[in-house]
Amino acid sequence: MNSVVGQPISRVDGPAKVTGHAIYAAEFNLRNMVHAALVHSTIAHGRIDQLDTRDAEQEPGVLAVISHLNAERLPYEPLEKRPPVDPKAGEQLHVFQGPEILFVGQPIAVVIAETVEQARTAAALVQVAYHEQVATTEVRHDRAQPPTEASSKAGRGGGSRGDAEKAFAKAPVKVDMWCSHDREHHNAVEPHATIAEWFGDHLTLYDKSQWVDNVRSEIAHVFGMPAENIRVVSPFVGGAFGSALRTWPHVTIAALAARQVGRAVRLELTRRELYVSVGYRPRTEQHMQLGAEADGRLVAIIQDAVAPTSVYEEYAERTADPVLRTYSCPNVQARYRLAPVNANTPCPMRAPGIATGVMALEIAMDELADGLGMDPIELRLRNYAENDEAKGVPWSSKALRECYQTAADRFLWSRRSAPPRSMRNGRLLIGYGMATAFYPAERAPASVQAILYANDTAVVRTASSDMGPGTYTAMTQLAADTLGLPIERVHFELGDTEMPKAPVHGGSMTLASVGTAVVDACKALMANLPAGEMAEGHGARLRRAGLESLTATGHSEPGDEANKYSSAGFGAVFAEVWVDPDFGTVRVPRIVGAYDVGRVINPKIARSQCLGGMVGGIGMALMEQAEWDARLGRVMNANLAEYLVPVNADVTDLDVTFVRSSDEIFNPLGAKGLAEIALCGVAPAIANAVYHATGKRVRHLPIMPEKLLVD
Amino acid sequence: MDSQGPLPSTPASRFDIGLIVNGTSHRLAVDARTTLLDALRDRLHLTGTKRGCDLGQCGACTVLLEGRRINACLTLAVMVHGRAITTIEGIATDGELHPMQTAFVQHDAFQCGYCTPGQIMSAIGLLNESRTTDEATIREHMSGNICRCGAYTNIVAAVRDAAARGS
Amino acid sequence: MLAFSYVVAPHAETALSLVCGGSNATFIAGGTDILQLLQEGVIAPPSLIDINALPFSGVQTEQGEARIGALTRLSDVADDPGIRQRFPLLVQALQETASPQVRNMATVGGNLLQRTRCLYFRDATVPCNKRQPGSGCPAWDGLNRINAIFGGSDRCIAANPGDMAVALLALDADLLVQNVEGERRMRLADLYRMPDENPQHETTLASGELITAVLLPSNEAAGHSYYLKVRDRASFEWALVSVAAALEMDGTRVHRARIVAGGVGTKPWRLMRVEEALQGRPLTPDLARQAGNRAGDGAAPRAGNAFKVPMLQRAVERALLTAGGIA
Repeated sequence: MNSVVGQPISRVDGPAKVTGHAIYAAEFNLRNMVHAALVHSTIAHGRIDQLDTRDAEQEPGVLAVISHLNAERLPYEPLEKRPPVDPKAGEQLHVFQGPEILFVGQPIAVVIAETVEQARTAAALVQVAYHEQVATTEVRHDRAQPPTEASSKAGRGGGSRGDAEKAFAKAPVKVDMWCSHDREHHNAVEPHATIAEWFGDHLTLYDKSQWVDNVRSEIAHVFGMPAENIRVVSPFVGGAFGSALRTWPHVTIAALAARQVGRAVRLELTRRELYVSVGYRPRTEQHMQLGAEADGRLVAIIQDAVAPTSVYEEYAERTADPVLRTYSCPNVQARYRLAPVNANTPCPMRAPGIATGVMALEIAMDELADGLGMDPIELRLRNYAENDEAKGVPWSSKALRECYQTAADRFLWSRRSAPPRSMRNGRLLIGYGMATAFYPAERAPASVQAILYANDTAVVRTASSDMGPGTYTAMTQLAADTLGLPIERVHFELGDTEMPKAPVHGGSMTLASVGTAVVDACKALMANLPAGEMAEGHGARLRRAGLESLTATGHSEPGDEANKYSSAGFGAVFAEVWVDPDFGTVRVPRIVGAYDVGRVINPKIARSQCLGGMVGGIGMALMEQAEWDARLGRVMNANLAEYLVPVNADVTDLDVTFVRSSDEIFNPLGAKGLAEIALCGVAPAIANAVYHATGKRVRHLPIMPEKLLVD
Repeated sequence: MDSQGPLPSTPASRFDIGLIVNGTSHRLAVDARTTLLDALRDRLHLTGTKRGCDLGQCGACTVLLEGRRINACLTLAVMVHGRAITTIEGIATDGELHPMQTAFVQHDAFQCGYCTPGQIMSAIGLLNESRTTDEATIREHMSGNICRCGAYTNIVAAVRDAAARGS
Repeated sequence: MLAFSYVVAPHAETALSLVCGGSNATFIAGGTDILQLLQEGVIAPPSLIDINALPFSGVQTEQGEARIGALTRLSDVADDPGIRQRFPLLVQALQETASPQVRNMATVGGNLLQRTRCLYFRDATVPCNKRQPGSGCPAWDGLNRINAIFGGSDRCIAANPGDMAVALLALDADLLVQNVEGERRMRLADLYRMPDENPQHETTLASGELITAVLLPSNEAAGHSYYLKVRDRASFEWALVSVAAALEMDGTRVHRARIVAGGVGTKPWRLMRVEEALQGRPLTPDLARQAGNRAGDGAAPRAGNAFKVPMLQRAVERALLTAGGIA
């Protein structure tokens, strides 16, 4: 039978998705389900003086209005070990446990009613009086502090080697600049939603989640109940990009409301509510200094990054990683500092921290190449990191040179005229830019159950997730090949805490972690298969042995390789921009990316991931920005009309190539992970192309027209 | 009241309305404030029509109203009383996918799948408008449907393919 | 969204009688803006009067003055052969309005009355003089990137967001308006009010008045007109700046010019200085640039929207070059 791994097969969940039969969190139709709507604080800091729910309670259909005045006291038991998706320091928001207000949009009450219209109407009728206190609504660099030890231990505190200050001072060629990207919101098209239903002391949650096991453990701690009493179901996730890694307060609210009214409760957030209910990529300002010899070799890299966190939690990112690990450089210092503001806590968004660090480093590298009069690719090759100099170990695999070569060839980089503002098409200024992409590869323990049936079908399951990258399909391919079954006979299931534990569906870890466990489980199944004739099918062997089915479990976890090697995905991204000099508008007619992501299980779906990363990068480079009014402590463009994301007309030619690569040191599949690297590098490649087109260096993303029009 | 019957002639806040959805007549009780989107999802449990923003800014709720694509979130259910709606659940025939659905699967024109029903309904609306002549036209006229996973180039390929097969 | 009552008006008289007399009832046609305003709690009318059954749909363009019924959907206007032939400027503006779905729903009358996209107007939890008279204008010293550079004050700098109205003003459109006493004809130019002391009052329509048709005089500009829209992303966005240029040419000379800008004014903004600069002169690249440079005359930009002045100047220049066929 032909192998399906490595083949561009169509998504196995495709028919469910194109017919509308794929069921997302808000769409479970439970008997007697009622609806919840939130009331939010309108001040940034203070206390609730009075909360008048009488009008709301009079509304037809209203069953309850729950606030700190009447909510049950929740234990919020401390977690012995925080899940990796939660901030490492601080304390999560305790909902309805007191009158304190820490940010605009904090949930202060929930209305439960028979219909969603009734609930929303009643929520608008809750009257609140506040005692307001002075709020911190702007990042103050002078108050920014390094992350606490807990965050630093998790690799989020920065790092250094050599003496970067000294080397920078002596360097003959220097770049010294500030850059930033604005606050971005995930804005998956599916809003977050939770349905909660209690059966005695057992709770079932239908939730939008990238990690059902985490929802279970967090809610168990919040309610002080055994995790076994909680089931979390999440078969389809309508995009998340990191926003559904954590378990947010609204999940607790849904569970709390359902217990109080004794009915199944659905809480579906509105688009505007998403801006205050789940996290966001924090605006990060970075001071970058590069020192180089006249031949382009880096002698010093200094980064000082400042980002906001909330006043109640310390959310820290790995913003320093790219600076520490992308290039060979003897003297590196990466500082990362956080400033608390009265806002909801940020959270990971596709390539958290890494995309931010890559952006600053790659714009700085472009400036350095420009200063040296050197081709940007040549500069990167001269500083090629043969080892991971931060960890002092070799890479388990690295084919970045091939990425540069492949992408440059496909892009026709040789046609680039080097001086800025030297390429035109009529009135339009044309620019070519490039950047390196980098994302660390990691994996985590995963378990999988595989069941073979006597009718020659198999079911493989694990509590993983598929927010879009194709988990269903890739795992089905791996299982089919390992079991020697046609793909139609293998059914893969995920997104249920009843299934074996899987790691968080984030950090580009799923394929390497879960996939390895899928293969392990299927191999175990094959090993236990009763003996039979060569040509005899699995089912026939089971039947002859009198078995209806055979079950095996598989497991995988990182081994010693994580200490001996460093693993990462690499890529090279090239962008062309057309800038209208009269209006400052930038369009991106094409992007070419070449990636070293290890073995590719499904090139069709892997390509789609990279296309998506390119589109996300166009957004980051040119249009995505939460417009924060510090006086009012809130995002004012909290919708999808004024918070701009790319639309179809913004995207033209996207070209994706995977260079030959397989990393069997990292994991037996040879796959390194893909989701995040697809975003890294896109925004700086575009920014560098804009410089090349216009001669104007915009260091603060997004590059809106005014930044090119007004000095 | 049949699904074509008149609504009350004086202002009211509750209505018994008729909707013809995918060729089937439904009678349902709605508030004046109930949107077509809520009626489809919460009353008729046709959840293929997706909620993304409730403000007409994402296109996930695109359905056909008598063959023309509209945003179900920007329409009160009572306003389309007695009229024919086509949703994603109504375009496959006898278990055979609509060519647009097939093309979306073949071209991997989605990732998470959440905007997909709206994209497909919008693309069928586009076909009805005969606006599939070239890629630039498709891109422009599919720009009312946001795909946050960024499948746009594959969506354009799928629409071209389905249009070619239909012609 | 607060509860409201709803009724379909079978006749214009019914509709008008339900809305007049301080009832605070609101007409609803396409619903594309009303639903957003309801969902976000920006408005909370006690009653919606559905006017879709009224006989105000359809386009007549055979000869002389063209008439577009106020209930005609934007997509139907844009696809109308007569409009395409005689008023390509209007078609261009409509094709760049909103999304195809919205254009299939939104009506001509409703689109003329769409509310501002000012971020503070659309968030019901913050002050806004237009939404809550006397509460203040946070946009004045706040996030005003999309706000007006013409016609505002510290009371209100909300920009009119329309595309179609900009084109119609350049085409010198009139409106037919009906009230309980009958029908009146007015100039589109007289529809919009300056915010002045009362930014909550956006139009000169009295309570209980209904736009029933747009009337377009014959003009000679069809061959020399252009709608240019500048926006951050390539589609599905309101204008940062737009320009409707309608030129009636006498050979190479500009016989008559109507130049109107969108995205920059508290109402669709006629650029009289630009028109004066063009009047009677041969249209050349130099003239287009000079005239474009007059487009910012009288602008009072704020920190966040100062870029609109040079953007508008160059947009006018470009629109003139394109309309004049010398781009």
